Amino acid sequence: MNNFPEKPKEKRGIYMDHAATTYIEPDIKKAMDLYFSDLFANPAGLYGLAQEINGVLNDSRRSIAKILGALSDNIIFTGSGTSSDNLAIFGTAYQHQEIGKHIITTKIEHKAVLEPCRRLEAQGFEITYLDVNEYGQIDIKKLKQAIRPDTILVSIMYANNEIGTVEPIAEIGKEILKIRKENNSNFPYFHTDACQATGSLDLNVEKLHVDLMTINGSKMYGPKGIGVLYKRRGLVIQPMVLGGGQEMGLNSGTENIPNIVGIAKALELAQANKTVENKRLIELRDYFWQEVKNKISNVRLNGSELGDESIRLPNNLNISILGIEGESALLYLDSYGIACSTGSACNSKSLEASHVHVACGLKHEEAHGSLRFTLGHRNTKEDIDYVMKYLPGIVEKLREISPIKI
Amino acid sequence: MTDQEATIRGNDGTNWFYSEEVKDHFFNPRNFLHHDEKFESNAMGKVGSPACGDEMIIWLKINKDEDKIIDCRWQTFGCGSAIASTSVLSEMVKENGGMKIDTALSLKPQEITDRLGGLPIRKIHCSVLGDKALQEALNDWFRKTGQYDRIITAGKKVIDKVLNITDRDIEEAILEGARTLEDVQDKLKVGIGDPEAIPQIEDLIKFYTEKYYG
Repeated sequence: MNNFPEKPKEKRGIYMDHAATTYIEPDIKKAMDLYFSDLFANPAGLYGLAQEINGVLNDSRRSIAKILGALSDNIIFTGSGTSSDNLAIFGTAYQHQEIGKHIITTKIEHKAVLEPCRRLEAQGFEITYLDVNEYGQIDIKKLKQAIRPDTILVSIMYANNEIGTVEPIAEIGKEILKIRKENNSNFPYFHTDACQATGSLDLNVEKLHVDLMTINGSKMYGPKGIGVLYKRRGLVIQPMVLGGGQEMGLNSGTENIPNIVGIAKALELAQANKTVENKRLIELRDYFWQEVKNKISNVRLNGSELGDESIRLPNNLNISILGIEGESALLYLDSYGIACSTGSACNSKSLEASHVHVACGLKHEEAHGSLRFTLGHRNTKEDIDYVMKYLPGIVEKLREISPIKI
Repeated sequence: MTDQEATIRGNDGTNWFYSEEVKDHFFNPRNFLHHDEKFESNAMGKVGSPACGDEMIIWLKINKDEDKIIDCRWQTFGCGSAIASTSVLSEMVKENGGMKIDTALSLKPQEITDRLGGLPIRKIHCSVLGDKALQEALNDWFRKTGQYDRIITAGKKVIDKVLNITDRDIEEAILEGARTLEDVQDKLKVGIGDPEAIPQIEDLIKFYTEKYYG
């Protein structure tokens, strides 16, 4: 009888789900600590402590603006990446519905974009969901063909959370700019959800030619519950949350200063270290895939080719292991102390396979057998060796239990 | 992963997504048939398909004189609860010297989930699959032994004549989480082109909701 690989004497906690969220790095936490109980005032106040906090808020805004190549008043703090996406989409749609009710997005967006689009569809907007190729890349020609006089917004993610595919945002931005010039129009606005890209890719909005950009803190070792929406100056969107008029009137509510300090610090560190860290992660990730290919039969790589960060996030390895079901493998890996994720139907509330895998044309059984490992700061080659000590045995055992012969 | 990230814990305030019993059967599956193992069965039932994300086969050894299942083996491709459901089912069938066929025929998915200490609602269909594989295996036995009157087929009956939707489709919709006529219509558009079918659809919703969640 084939048994599962023997449990390690000392179970290591191996976290390989950084695309879901990251831990807060100590330096970032330290920067935040001061603003919980000591420097806590509402920046709207007129007394010294409040003004001090207001200064901190402005500094954070400036620091983020500088990295984005933007102006301070382009930076809107929100409650999360999801809030930023919602504000960009609903904010544009409701403000400019007189001009047009057509929006273009892709089939592989995060739910934070897809769900607002579905809501708008129910309210009479028309949404075009662009196809992607097997690597998850959109076709710019098809995008250009889809743009109409009544298209008010194009929303395309910078990098995909599941398969790590990087979309050619700068090129898309340039094309949209050209189309606007030709039509002598301010539309369509161009929004990108850059949540997965914040830690590793260039975020300069002038190079990317974006009008709206979502970033968040919790994928780059900063706090959860904080996001940023970059909005180009002069571009008008409608607020979703009304109240005291904070954030240039676009996101009312007392500013979450500890988190704002945290996201500013996180972005600063991530962008400063990205060249070195990307190289390290690419080497690790590519080694991981080599090991998987060598030690497990019938596996496939999902998403773009490895090696090049301009087409694939440095830390993403998404594979399909044929003949096994992702949730089962995930739970077994968890029992050895390894955390990762899957696009299997059984892991979703809807019991449908990942919409990203389906859009890339994966067969259902390939989607069901998918595993996503997303590496991060603390991962080392030893971690990968540890995973590879157990993964082949788990796969062998699950294939043994399974009636599907591969 | 949308972020369909690893929801292995419940999000309803309970801690673990799976009970200790589910985990035990999942991590230590009983009675599965090894690929190189010889098992002399006299009946076999197969349900699901890899495309659906679940496939299971159950092999039975039946004693004809006693009208009793005396041994069984299985293979399952699927998630944690699918594997645990088949494993616990095999144990239920084998314990105390085997299970009378009449008892096996009256087995309900609910009894499998009870034995497992419950399953998350959206995983209930996994226990139903085990029950159906067992039923298929018994049908196989009845065919082989000429007991045609004992065969139970999942009686598909067309409910909505316009869209050709059957009672099985409605059962599936309930298992996927639909609870009201609106939910079922969201999934199937049933009864919209054929409003006369609505009272019957409502009866079926009530029937299957009680059967699986009552």
